[in-house]
Amino acid sequence: MPRNIIDVTDLTVDEIDELIATAEDILANPVKYQDACAHKQLATLFFEPSTRTRLSFESAMLALGGSVLGFSSASSSSTSKGETVGDTVHTVSCYADIIAMRHPKEGAPYAAAQVAEVPIINAGDGGHNHPTQTLTDLLTIHREKGRLNGFTIGFCGDLKFGRTVHSLVNALSRYENINFVLISPTELKLPRYVKEQALKSRNIPYTQTTDLEAVIPDLDILYMTRVQRERFFNEEDYLRLKDSYILTPEKLVNAKADLSILHPLPRVNEISVAVDKDPRAAYWKQVKNGKFIRMALILKLLGIQV
Amino acid sequence: MNIDSIQNGVVLDHIQAGKSMDIYKYLHLDELDCSVAIIKNVRSGRMGKKDIIKIDSPMEVDLDVLGYIDSNITVNVIRDGVRVAKKHVELPRRLVNIIHCKNPRCITVAEPQLDAIFLLSDAEKHTYRCAYCDTAKDKKKF
Repeated sequence: MPRNIIDVTDLTVDEIDELIATAEDILANPVKYQDACAHKQLATLFFEPSTRTRLSFESAMLALGGSVLGFSSASSSSTSKGETVGDTVHTVSCYADIIAMRHPKEGAPYAAAQVAEVPIINAGDGGHNHPTQTLTDLLTIHREKGRLNGFTIGFCGDLKFGRTVHSLVNALSRYENINFVLISPTELKLPRYVKEQALKSRNIPYTQTTDLEAVIPDLDILYMTRVQRERFFNEEDYLRLKDSYILTPEKLVNAKADLSILHPLPRVNEISVAVDKDPRAAYWKQVKNGKFIRMALILKLLGIQV
Repeated sequence: MNIDSIQNGVVLDHIQAGKSMDIYKYLHLDELDCSVAIIKNVRSGRMGKKDIIKIDSPMEVDLDVLGYIDSNITVNVIRDGVRVAKKHVELPRRLVNIIHCKNPRCITVAEPQLDAIFLLSDAEKHTYRCAYCDTAKDKKKF
C-alpha cells in the first residue's frame, strides 16, 4: 500500500519535524536536491481552481529534477463525461509516481486513496482538509518563532468552511502550551467535530469570540482567512458575512511587536494591502515556504533520501 | 401470548424495547421467506421490557448492524431445537454500507457507488464519523 497524506494527522509529530528539517536543508542547499527526483513524475489533478497549491507542487517537483503532468480544472478531464474520482485517479496512477489532487467534494482524496497504486496527497478537499497548507503554515511558524509550542494563536474569519484552519488546529493540538483563540461570526464558528477531535478530547482550552480587536493584543500569531464564496449555498449569506473582518494597520496598533500575521491566500479584502509593508506580515514568506515543504513531502513519500 | 419455539434458526434477544423494527429493517428481514416473529415489550427481569426477534431459518446475522443499533443484543443460534451458540455483539469500530453520510458536500453523496464507511470516534457517546468527510452520525438519531 502506498503512503498517502489525506489528513495532516497521517503524519506523526516526529515526521513533521523531519519534514521541516528537510525543508530547511533544501532552503540552505537547493543544489543538493536538484536531481533527487530525476525520471519521477508528479500528477497534479486539480478538479477545482488553484494558483499557489498547484504551482507550488509543480515548482517543487521541477526543482527536484522531476517532471509534472495533470489538469487544472474538472472540465478538462473525463470528469466532465461523468467519470468517477476513483476511475480518474486509477488511470492517472498508471502514468505517474505520485499524485497531488484537489477536489471540491469532501473526502474525494480518501476515495482516491482506496484505488490508487501510488501515493496520494490531498491538496484540498472542499471545506474539509488541506494538509500541505498546514505543513506550509507549520514551517512558517517554525521559521518565524523558532518553535512550534508555547504561543497564543488567533484564527480569524471563516472557521467553519476554512479547511486550512481545520487542518492547522488539528496539527497544533499535538504540540504543548498553545492557546487557541477562535475569532469568527457566529455562523462561521469552528465545526463541533474539529473542536471535539482536536481540542476537547485533549483538554486543550480555547476561547471563542467575535471581536478581533479585543483579543489582538494577546496574540503571537494571527491566522487570517477569507470568507469563501464557493462554500456557500446561499449568496445572501455570503454577502452578509464576507466583510466581517478586515485587518488594517489601525487594528494592528495594539498588537505585539513580534506578532506574525499568516494567511493561506488568496485574500480578497480581509487584509488591507497597506498591511503588506508591516514587518509582521508573514504571508508572502508563507507562500515561498510552501514550495520547500512540498519538496520535502514529495521526497518522503517517494522514499528518496538525499 | 404463545409463539412457537423454532427448530433451526436465530433468536435475537435482549433488544431494547421498541428497537425491533429498526433491526427488522436493517437486517433486511422483510426479504426472508421463512417465518419471522417480532415480539415487543416482553417482560424482562434485567431490562424491565425488551423485544425479541425469532427467525425460523438458519442465517448469518450481520453483527455490525446489531452492534451499531444496540450492543446489548444477544444472538442465539438454534439447531434441532437446541441453542448451540450464544453471541454477544459489540459496538463495531467500522461500519460499511450500514449508514450513509448526509453531508451534501461529501463525495459519497455525489458518488453513491462508493462504500459508505463510518468509523467509531466516541464509544461513550456512540458517535460515528464518515471516513471521507468526518461528518458525525449520532446513534441516538438512528
